[in-house]
Amino acid sequence: MALNQSGWRPSTPQQGDGAPATFTGNRALMLEEPLIFEIGSSETTGVDFASAPSPHWGEGRGEGQGSHREAGLDETPAPHPTLSPAGRGLGGLERTAPIGLAGLSEQETVRHYTRLSRQNYAIDLGLFPLGSCTMKHNPRLNEKVARLPGFADVHPLQPVDTVQGALGVINELAMWLITLTGMYGVAMSPKAGAHGELCGILCIKAALEKRGEGHRKVVLVPESAHGTNPATAAFAGFTVEDIPATADGRVDTAALKARLGPDVAAVMITNPNTCGLFERDLKEISDAVHAAGGYVYCDGANFNAIVGRVRPGDLGVDAMHINLHKTFSTPHGGGGPGSGPVVLSKALAPFGPLPFTARTADGYVHLIEEERAEEFSNEHFDGKLDSFGRMTAFHGQMGMFTRALAYILSHGADGLRQVAEDAVLNANYVLRSLEDTLDAPFAASGPCMHEAIFSDRGLADGFSTIDVAKGLIDEGFHPMTMYFPLVVHGAMLVEPTETESKAALDQFIGALRSVAQRAKAGDMALKTAPHFAPRARLDETLAARKPVLRWKPPVAAAEAAE
Amino acid sequence: MSRYFTEDHEWIDVDGDIGTVGISDYAQGQLGDIVFVEVPDDGRQIAKGDEAAVVESVKAASDVYAPVSGIVLEGNPALVDDPSLVNSDPEGEGWFFKITLSDTAELDELMDETAYAAFVAKL
Repeated sequence: MALNQSGWRPSTPQQGDGAPATFTGNRALMLEEPLIFEIGSSETTGVDFASAPSPHWGEGRGEGQGSHREAGLDETPAPHPTLSPAGRGLGGLERTAPIGLAGLSEQETVRHYTRLSRQNYAIDLGLFPLGSCTMKHNPRLNEKVARLPGFADVHPLQPVDTVQGALGVINELAMWLITLTGMYGVAMSPKAGAHGELCGILCIKAALEKRGEGHRKVVLVPESAHGTNPATAAFAGFTVEDIPATADGRVDTAALKARLGPDVAAVMITNPNTCGLFERDLKEISDAVHAAGGYVYCDGANFNAIVGRVRPGDLGVDAMHINLHKTFSTPHGGGGPGSGPVVLSKALAPFGPLPFTARTADGYVHLIEEERAEEFSNEHFDGKLDSFGRMTAFHGQMGMFTRALAYILSHGADGLRQVAEDAVLNANYVLRSLEDTLDAPFAASGPCMHEAIFSDRGLADGFSTIDVAKGLIDEGFHPMTMYFPLVVHGAMLVEPTETESKAALDQFIGALRSVAQRAKAGDMALKTAPHFAPRARLDETLAARKPVLRWKPPVAAAEAAE
Repeated sequence: MSRYFTEDHEWIDVDGDIGTVGISDYAQGQLGDIVFVEVPDDGRQIAKGDEAAVVESVKAASDVYAPVSGIVLEGNPALVDDPSLVNSDPEGEGWFFKITLSDTAELDELMDETAYAAFVAKL
């Protein structure tokens, strides 16, 4: 077996308590798994192809030797000195050296990835406390529905008449999202939360330009907002300015109002925010922003805590993305893809992207593309439809639409309302159970919403949030979100979601309390945790400073080292 | 030569109208291991409070603000290859950039070493 000589290597597992070393390096079901390039080689193959027929049938074309077709393909002409037939059409770009892919049999390949997957953590293995990620259970009913052939086996270029069911799903989900948020329209195509943010901000940009106010270049982003918000605004060409948070973890409304003016395009606000708190002043803020000629973008990543309880449209929001992979239980964190539809106010809806669906009175679902946009605009938008363009080639993440609609219909309006209530209840249970052990900076700010936040205050000298996180790995949990939001020192952000039972919450709370107490007592074993993971504490600094991004064959690595 | 500090934890050494800017020992301690530094281009005109450089640690990426207005003379080329200088010698070899001050009066708004130490002690 070839060894990876390309550089730094993670530490090998520690043999605990005098346990004997094994020949394989495996420890029972904890299996050591090399890189795929170290198992296979480019000389082996998992499939035996029959020898290719002679590739030289086109030889000598244009050299007056007559057609090989006439001569018959069975006749083998002399090989071309340089080019294979495939290379003839590639303008000299034909590959000349082996591509270096590892060759493995099917069983070897399946085992490799199955073994790797056993070293991974997943929502199907245990509680996933990542704050602001809403790692809730993915119901199996969703999966069953998404696999129905009428949804799973359709193609986006099929004639609209043949995919009425699939388009009906998109349209019905769109209507649910509009109703749940109290908005006017929705763009279904964005493929993730940040993609949805970009879509919403581009709607705002288009609306401003239509008004002749393209000079508004400033987007205000509070410190309690998601980190993607300023990135989105900057990517769309705006200048980002911070708005401070108050001591209780909410937007400083007075500071925000004071900054409003003729250069402000929009405010991007996350509600509930990344401190786990409801932005109580959002209506007041929206009114002020609108009065100053700007728009309000709301980051809806944390919608899970208010779904069925609060309609953002009632709070003056102009655009908000909804992470179907959070609130509406579609898979994410490696099981994705994500999906980030954006609901839009009446002011912004005309600028939304194409294509979109529309159901007419006869029940037929239309797919509105560029060629029909004007006709549709005249019929339904008083001729005011003015799309900024497209976000995607097709209609969005169809597989996620079917899952999200299955989730919505199986819960119903009352079930969704209970989702929000239980999510908030669980988060508050975590907050109140741990505030005696960990510093909870906003414990006095009232009940939290979807997530509980703690700081590293009170940990022993030299101990930080990272040590608590690594200790949680040994306890068998994925760590919480760390060091975010930045307004809290050494932040630990825990979002349990509504799908965890009290028993599961109690086990997690017990684990976090135990690790936190060790960090407060200065238990040095915590500084080198995890001890029971396939790899001990990794050197994140070296990995960031001198990343090894690509495996190199041992020979090349040795040459590079010389 | 005298040294001044900002509330955002930048320091500036001033010699005539030339300033050398970096981040304080307190700041590097808070950031943790620095893995990347982006310094401003030579000749860039910056105003006091502008984002002048970016420093990235294993925890987070942060902006470094210009403590004074002026024109950038040079960024510290050593930080590109070895950002750990900011951790090992933040107020010396780990300097970020040199700047030609356009208004030395702006220094009056900054803290001296004693005032900064008192400021940090309260955080």
